[in-house]
Amino acid sequence: MEILVCVKRVPDTSENEIQLNAAGSDIERDELVYSINEPDNYAVEEALQIVGRVGGKVTVVTVGNEDDEEVLRREMAMGANHGVLISDDTFAGSDGRGIAAILKRFVEQGSYDLILTGVQAEAGAAEVGGMLAAMLDYPFASLVSAIEVIDGKKLKISREIEGGNKEISEIDLPCVLSIQTGINDPRYVGMRGIRAVASVPIATYGVSDLGLDPNSVGAKAAKVQRIDYFVPTVGKGAEILEGSREENIDKVLELVAAKGGLK
Amino acid sequence: MVASTQAAAQLGSWLAPGYALFLCIHFLGVGSFAYIVMRRMVPLVRAQSDLRFDHPLERLGRVGKFWLGQWKHPRYKVAGTVHILFFAGFILLAMRAFTVLILGTSPDFVMPGMRGELGHVYEVVTDYAATVVFLCMIFAIVRRVVFKPARYEVPSKFGKAHKADAVFLLALIAILMLADSLFEAAKAAGQMQAGQIAHFSAAYSLPWLLKTVFVSASLSSIGQFCFAGYLLHEITFYFLLCYRPFGIQFHVETSLFNVYFSKLDREVLKPVRWDVSEENLDQLTSFGVKTFEDFTWKHMLDFYSCADCGRCSDNCPANAAGRPLSPRFLTIKARDYAFQHYPMFGPTGNGKALVGGIYSEDEIWSCTTCGACEEECPLLIEYIDKIVDLRRGLVDEGRVPQSLQKPLKALESRGNPYGKMEKKRSDWINAKDFQQTCRVKTLDKNGADTLYFVDSITSYDERMHSIGRATAKILDHIGENFGILGAAEKDSGHEVRRFGEELLFISLRDQNAEAIRASGVQKIVTADPHALNALKHDYKNVPPVEHISQVVARGVKAGKVKFNPIEGDKVYTYHDPCYLGRHNQIYDDPREVLDAIPGLRRVEMKRSRDRSFCCGGGGLMLFYEPKEEERIGVKRVRMAAEAGANVIVTACPFCMANIEDAIKVAGLEGKMTAIDIAELAEQQMVREIPPQTKSTFEMQAECVAGR
Repeated sequence: MEILVCVKRVPDTSENEIQLNAAGSDIERDELVYSINEPDNYAVEEALQIVGRVGGKVTVVTVGNEDDEEVLRREMAMGANHGVLISDDTFAGSDGRGIAAILKRFVEQGSYDLILTGVQAEAGAAEVGGMLAAMLDYPFASLVSAIEVIDGKKLKISREIEGGNKEISEIDLPCVLSIQTGINDPRYVGMRGIRAVASVPIATYGVSDLGLDPNSVGAKAAKVQRIDYFVPTVGKGAEILEGSREENIDKVLELVAAKGGLK
Repeated sequence: MVASTQAAAQLGSWLAPGYALFLCIHFLGVGSFAYIVMRRMVPLVRAQSDLRFDHPLERLGRVGKFWLGQWKHPRYKVAGTVHILFFAGFILLAMRAFTVLILGTSPDFVMPGMRGELGHVYEVVTDYAATVVFLCMIFAIVRRVVFKPARYEVPSKFGKAHKADAVFLLALIAILMLADSLFEAAKAAGQMQAGQIAHFSAAYSLPWLLKTVFVSASLSSIGQFCFAGYLLHEITFYFLLCYRPFGIQFHVETSLFNVYFSKLDREVLKPVRWDVSEENLDQLTSFGVKTFEDFTWKHMLDFYSCADCGRCSDNCPANAAGRPLSPRFLTIKARDYAFQHYPMFGPTGNGKALVGGIYSEDEIWSCTTCGACEEECPLLIEYIDKIVDLRRGLVDEGRVPQSLQKPLKALESRGNPYGKMEKKRSDWINAKDFQQTCRVKTLDKNGADTLYFVDSITSYDERMHSIGRATAKILDHIGENFGILGAAEKDSGHEVRRFGEELLFISLRDQNAEAIRASGVQKIVTADPHALNALKHDYKNVPPVEHISQVVARGVKAGKVKFNPIEGDKVYTYHDPCYLGRHNQIYDDPREVLDAIPGLRRVEMKRSRDRSFCCGGGGLMLFYEPKEEERIGVKRVRMAAEAGANVIVTACPFCMANIEDAIKVAGLEGKMTAIDIAELAEQQMVREIPPQTKSTFEMQAECVAGR
């Protein structure tokens, strides 16, 4: 089975303190540490496990710039067979639909049985997978938490639904699935693995390679534009505790007890 | 001379009918043993290389101490004493056993130099030795069968009980001693009846007792006893020789070599491969131990040498807490694997993965590398290197618990397991009230004589900041010109290495070593024993490093540090951190510091010094979620309570984290507290009363200057 996993490099929320920049237009990116979007990592692991069971190849693709090669290499160190970087100056400022349109052209140039994305990235839009499926006219399922291959033409998938319940469906191949975290235990990628793929060439596609009209992507074509970034103001009744962890814990206990929450 | 010739003639006449048989058994016994040993050597030949042929004199010294001197045995009083007794017996009896074997076909044989008085003395001594060994075997059998010491039990998850085999082997040795005595007694009784002077003065020995029974029998029946004694001795001897390589008594043959080839520098972790230099690690296609053949030959010899005495697991904190690890069975399972896949006949090896086969992943991650097992093993079997090698194999295959992946990733990108910003590493020095009394400089712009290596937990964990500040205040008080690396410091990588991520460790080590060398300091002080161990043993070409307790102890001796009397009626106990005590033999300095505090009442826990019981493990072990029945730290806190203490003094921030948590889990909050030795020393330190001429401002200026 040929599997394509769409991945994204994002600021690692567990290793950064996210702050707004002075202009309020974006987050402060100077000292950020980036890594692969966590759900994407689960998607790659799932692809590797499927290939491990039924055979095939795994390709990871990202739309970005040369800095993003880092996450492609990490996923190749995990075991992905190919890494593809789609990069062009004209892509800058693309909205979700733009990214999906770029990926669509890439998918059409190859022959993939299954396309996976992480359930969502740091921006929380969870939009590219669904739009990509629609553009390709492929079936789509979101929040997938288990995959079983049936006779190479269909998948049996499990989706998480409200209240922790599971919904089991069959879906025809080719299809697009967005993968929920927790679907598997992703393997560890060590320094050794990363070094082993450090000089493996990564294919790069630009706007002309994909035969895209430069006017159909990028900021000009974007129909969604970010106009502001802000930190919510402290609302009525909210109290921000400032102190050491121990002090804060004691204070929280005290507050909860005072409201009758602890007996 | 005439008498001995006659005795030889008599012996010859008794044994003559069996010559052909005896010869056959000799050839069969020696041949089988040679074949068995050859087959046992097969995996060792296929194993990885191991550098164990250096320092022959030092190695011989260890043979003298640990093998001949049985150094570790008295740590278990009863079993140890019994072992020393029958080991001494075996050493004495070795020559006699060979002499007896030869007598079967050459009745007039005497070992060179044993013809005169010396031979007589030797005979008397060995008569007693045989008796002692016989009695020891009876005692050991009774102990195994009736008293059943708990550490010999085999938990069902590790297979069947080993008792029957152990008792069988003990009984065989008893039979061997009995046969030897029978033979000697019959020989002597025959000589006495023939009116020769029988040199037999080992009164009340086993041969002596048998002789008194035989002496009234007819000469021909004595001859038959002699024949039977010889045959029984020969058969038992060769049976034991050939049976031992199939079980726990193989150590009789291998222990000498195992001790000779044992690791000399125990604190230096085994390299990934002995025959591949660090620069060439990238060329390796595989890391660590994945299959049995990835072990080194010495580690396989360890498996063969285990005597199944259970002392390792008896002391293992992971085993005590019910984690799925028992060092004893780490070895036994590998030995069983070797026996199964390297059989006496037929094809050898199967190349299957060990973890997932004989070991579980949890078993391998459960070890805290505290070293209690290695400290105890009388045969000097190594465990930490094997665990680390198995972990290297797991890391290489990406089989790392999810709980450890985030901290490892953060160590790679941020140089600390918490994923905190590099620039926040020195935040602890900026607390207002601390800054007013002591200003710590960072060495990026300033120079200093001494580096205080803080390491990640003390830098980032709020609770541990006070250990850092206490350490800085002590250094300041004794007039040390010191500083910290600040943002340039990375995690020492101590646990990164011990959790099998060698290349990440090398990267952290190189960044630190470069920063240390660039700072131009002459020495390093740390309050974190894990950092101490890394800097001392894992790093190369960095200045000498000391733990803060050593610095304080020296200050006390030099009169530079004086303590105010301690108030209250608290009882203190000192918990030896594994990487300060067992791994670096720093036991006395912290105790001297505590004993220098006037009025401090100190008790020792039952398990202290080199038998200290791990707190639960430091570094990455804090992130690992083990499967266990009870926390290791909770067990430790209970030990302190049992000793009658209500304050546990530690000397390691990881011990502090584990013990403070354990106090809460054990429900001892309010009854038990923990304090770091640096915190306690700083709290009790007598500050110079400022002379009238010195203003507070001047005092502060001195402190700022690091004087």
